[in-house]
Amino acid sequence: MEGADTVSAPVLEVRDVHVCRGARRILNGVSFVVSKGGLVALMGPSGSGKTTMLRAIAALERFDEGLIIVDGLMLEGGRAIHGELLRQLRRRVGLVFQFHHLFEHLSALKNITLAPIHAHGTAVDDAATRALELLRSLGIEQRAHALPRELSGGEAQRVAIARALAVEPPILMMDEPTASLDPARRTELGELLRRLATGDRAILVSTHDEEFAREFATDILRLDDLQGQ
Amino acid sequence: MYLKVITALTLLGFPAASVSSASAPPRELRWAGDPEGGAPFVQANPADPTRLTGFDVEIASLLARGLGRIPQFVFVQFTSIDQSVERDDADIGLSGIEDTPTRRAVMCPTIPYYEFREVLTVRDSDVARLRTLADFAGRRVATLAGTIAYEILLRAEGRYGIQAVSYEDDVHPYEDLRLGRVDGVLLDNVLAERRRREMSGITVQPGTVAVGHYVGILASRNGALREAMNESLRAAMRDGSLERILRKWGVWNDDQPRLYARLLAGKPVPPISGVDGVIGVATLTRWQATRRYLPSLIRAAGVTLLLSCLSMALAVCLGVLIASGRVYGTALVRLTLTGYVELMRGTPILLQLFVIYYGLAAAIRLPAFAAALTGLALNYAAYESEIYRSALEAVPVGQLEAARTLGLSERQVLTLVRGPQAFRLALAPMTNDFVALLKDSSLVSVLTVMELTKQTQVFATNLGSWVIPGLLCAAIYLAMSLPLAGAARRLERQWKAPTL
Repeated sequence: MEGADTVSAPVLEVRDVHVCRGARRILNGVSFVVSKGGLVALMGPSGSGKTTMLRAIAALERFDEGLIIVDGLMLEGGRAIHGELLRQLRRRVGLVFQFHHLFEHLSALKNITLAPIHAHGTAVDDAATRALELLRSLGIEQRAHALPRELSGGEAQRVAIARALAVEPPILMMDEPTASLDPARRTELGELLRRLATGDRAILVSTHDEEFAREFATDILRLDDLQGQ
Repeated sequence: MYLKVITALTLLGFPAASVSSASAPPRELRWAGDPEGGAPFVQANPADPTRLTGFDVEIASLLARGLGRIPQFVFVQFTSIDQSVERDDADIGLSGIEDTPTRRAVMCPTIPYYEFREVLTVRDSDVARLRTLADFAGRRVATLAGTIAYEILLRAEGRYGIQAVSYEDDVHPYEDLRLGRVDGVLLDNVLAERRRREMSGITVQPGTVAVGHYVGILASRNGALREAMNESLRAAMRDGSLERILRKWGVWNDDQPRLYARLLAGKPVPPISGVDGVIGVATLTRWQATRRYLPSLIRAAGVTLLLSCLSMALAVCLGVLIASGRVYGTALVRLTLTGYVELMRGTPILLQLFVIYYGLAAAIRLPAFAAALTGLALNYAAYESEIYRSALEAVPVGQLEAARTLGLSERQVLTLVRGPQAFRLALAPMTNDFVALLKDSSLVSVLTVMELTKQTQVFATNLGSWVIPGLLCAAIYLAMSLPLAGAARRLERQWKAPTL
């Protein structure tokens, strides 16, 4: 772990996580910790298992062995995650996919308010107010009523970030966020993530963009170094 | 079935090939009939189903002998015999065909060979109270489509407030009478007496509603052939051949000698007597005829539209449930629903309609409209479900995972994300299906529902031509389907706009 000089309460702890798909071993005993206020870059070459790690933390993929603790919520390897445990996990983890996966049939605003209203029972007006605040803070308030196909790549990414933050998760994960950004947009994103990684929130970014990680991350985790520790 | 194969081959010209090379007069007399009507007219011989029996079969032989020809049977559905003869599929139609003013105006009927009476048949329990048409106010009275009886009932709708119900065959009206779906049947005494002998619980009323005649029907251009046939019929009346045939089939009565005496004396015989104002539309100009039928065509179009809309709404609801079950259900649910879909797609909709209306009548006695609605909805639900299933599966996995990571339950993922996106994908094929359903709804006429195509057929039969009724019917179908397609396109465009 490079530059891990700030010690704060851990919001995410990954202990000895193994993921196998048939005979192929994708993650082999990965362990690391992400603390509150951190902007952590999870690095590794393509196919090294970065996305699988994020998906396992978000319970989108099963992991076979090990332990993942998200803001005090414990997930055990080899056990199905469902019911109340899954519901609590969804409130703790936000995930921004590499290709954003905004809901094509809903405007940017409705993409952001969908989960607060329907999954968490927030009043419609409150959810809309909060969504507009998020869009304003991300600099795209004027695009609130645009459909995803009408947004640029950078705008779509910011809407996806706002959607993930709308339920105020203590950890926000982003998968390859700089993959399709030009240098100027990459810098804007880095500065934005720095602003967001404060207080009780941590951000974990999977990337193979060394320059971005060195410039903006508070911690850099190299997946190859994390295996089997 | 064997007869239909023979007929198909005949119509394709196989037997004709052996004689068409010669320039000599035809050696065969092609006569059209419908064995579905059964005895005593035309039916497959129970002992040898490849052969036909019935008094019309024997009269066809008698006419062929008179012309020095060999009779050759051509199967044609009863309601299409006129048009089939006119387009030269056969030389003459014989199948209990009625003499009408329309046929006299636009075709070449032979002289009558049998006089019948239109009679009412009722359930035994109604014998005392349902004696005449006037007694049937507010009640349903059944008959065979395209007959004088149907014309009489249409007149009685306005005069007495009865409800005329038309059937494609002469068996189901009596079955439905016994089942209570109709309160009476108006048909000729030959058919009525035959059914009374075969069924219990029904009575033929003694009163006569009208008097009509059976004739052979030839194309309008075949005047010379008709005269030759008339000579054969007169000869058979004189020498007793006709009487022997009719006695053999148990339909000879005192009305026939009186008819033959008038014909042999050269006296005119009106096509129908005993009912005021029962005339076809052929004596009217085409414009007058169209004006007269237009209100009933529009009413029938309303039935078609209502039936199609309700069936589609039901099919969509069922289709969504089936598709959801096939995507989300357990293995047993998926297997069961797949079986249902394959059953409905793999069997003819006509068969399904018959099973629902007639097959299940002992357990569930659905009214005709409800049976038609159920049949169309159940059939189309199978097709709709396949559209929705493929649309649900076409929604990208990333969309579903994004919804799940936000904390939406699987039900919410379906209703808020997957369903709405799938519905947009399904809209175009759904519109196609709705237009198809609009047209397929014509099949429900077999359940006595008078929809647009059926009403057009009645119009065409009475007019003696399909040109105006066909064009009018097509125009009405287009007037219904084009706005639907337009509405669907507008909806598609609207759904592409942002959802605020």
